[in-house]
Amino acid sequence: MPDEKKLQTVQHKKNRLGIAGWVYGGRYGAERYAYTLHRITGLGILFYFILHIFATGSRIWGEAAWTRTMALFDSPVFKAGEFLVFIAFAYHALNGLRLLFTELGCWMGKPQRPVIPYKNAVRRQRPALVVLMIIALVIIILGGFDFYLLGE
Amino acid sequence: MRESKLWLLHLLAGAIIFFLLGLHMFIMHLDSILAWLGIGYREPIDAASVFARSRQAFFMVTYIILLGAALYHGLYGLKNIINEMNLSHVIEKVIAGVLTVSGLILFAYGAYTAIFIFVK
Amino acid sequence: MNEDNQAGKTVPVIFQVLRYNPETDTTPRMQEFEVPVSKGMTVLDGLHWIKENLDGSLSWRSSCRMGVCGSCGMFINGYPRLACSNQILHLSEKRIVIKPLPNYEIIRDLVPDLEKFFRKHKSVKPYLIRRDIAEQNMPTGEYFQSPDELTRYIQFAYCIKCGLCLSACPTMATDEKFTGPQALAQAWRYNSDSRDEGCSERQKFVYDEQGVSKCHFAGTCSDVCPKGVDPSFAIQLLKKDIFLKTMRIKKDHAGATVLKTAREYIPQENIPNPPKPTV
Repeated sequence: MPDEKKLQTVQHKKNRLGIAGWVYGGRYGAERYAYTLHRITGLGILFYFILHIFATGSRIWGEAAWTRTMALFDSPVFKAGEFLVFIAFAYHALNGLRLLFTELGCWMGKPQRPVIPYKNAVRRQRPALVVLMIIALVIIILGGFDFYLLGE
Repeated sequence: MRESKLWLLHLLAGAIIFFLLGLHMFIMHLDSILAWLGIGYREPIDAASVFARSRQAFFMVTYIILLGAALYHGLYGLKNIINEMNLSHVIEKVIAGVLTVSGLILFAYGAYTAIFIFVK
Repeated sequence: MNEDNQAGKTVPVIFQVLRYNPETDTTPRMQEFEVPVSKGMTVLDGLHWIKENLDGSLSWRSSCRMGVCGSCGMFINGYPRLACSNQILHLSEKRIVIKPLPNYEIIRDLVPDLEKFFRKHKSVKPYLIRRDIAEQNMPTGEYFQSPDELTRYIQFAYCIKCGLCLSACPTMATDEKFTGPQALAQAWRYNSDSRDEGCSERQKFVYDEQGVSKCHFAGTCSDVCPKGVDPSFAIQLLKKDIFLKTMRIKKDHAGATVLKTAREYIPQENIPNPPKPTV
């Protein structure tokens, strides 16, 4: 007869992946990586945006104050940071467009009888992901030209 | 149903940001490309250019809409991420409250700045 | 398996299996076994071979060994799979790493605790809800459903409750409270069933805080599903449904009518008559 007291104290081992499960895409599909990047870029843009509200708020003190504030950020480090934000924006905007359409049921076809080999809606919308990522890349390259070659 | 309505607002805000922030980014960061095409502002970050835009009603209104939409989209997204961290219900409520209040304060500050310069 | 062994074509494959005995161990450990693998052996066959020949204490859960019961979900070579429907040599010729499904508590070795999973499944009321309960209990006829209406949900009805989708879901990696892809897919399976009238009763775990707003369409649940159920598609359709209902473009559908009499039947040559209706 099993020892009842012992059975009660036996603990199941916790096995949740935790935050690592958000970040690590493993062998899953491209959308899983898109999800991770979407989350990281979103948090990055939010952080920048709150700083941006305060930085641009300086224009309330007049043109001289604005020029002074902008001079603060006129260094290669900040410029690289801004370019990172631009990349994050291009990615987040175009992946967000895909999410907006797919979450409203577009681009994924209709439910069908499952026949082997199974095709799922994630695969059916994947061309949209590819096309939008190419557009994002083009915008990032154009932005790169503007940031580092044509500007100033 | 309340949560799903807030979530739909998150989507709506995202759609608004897509257009307005797209416009903002084109004006601010693709300015040399726009200049080739003969539109947009040269040196969009210079004080004169910034203040000229701030005094146009179109930019004032879109700044405020973009500010509100972006704050809602960003802070709701942050709340959604925090809600996935398996915290207790009370802590989730407190965090939601803090995010709402800080969002309102940031919105008031930003909107005040935009209107103040437009009126001045 | 024995016949294949006698054919003499076996490849030694290392099985690295997670071991955890709650009575003696405090942390799980990995144990290695060398298994002679012949062509066509599934991962489950390999585990059986270990249990028969090397270590009788190895535990896992399995039953039908043909991808129907959904018992043998495991985390095999970094991907949630059914042990019975993946052949060893298709995965690797050298090393198979087997862990219990992540995002569930480990009971012992490769046995995950699916209790919470089934509780979530029950929470969305996965059965036909009708307003005419008397009719449902004592049916006088059949609910009408066209083949098109069947195609709208039949894909989601193939769920075998193996739990792979929850271990692939990035939200489930941290969140215990999320209703999860399996339960949401079942909610959609019944919401989109033309015979059902219970959309409003399933709202709590579907539309509220723990429901669809926690899905970000990473799409992994659909990729790992062994039966083509496509849970992430079901969740996006739920979201579309919420959108249409909030915008008042669509209303809750009325349940299908009860067919009291059989439709007109035109007999054809060489086809025998159907059996008499049972209800």
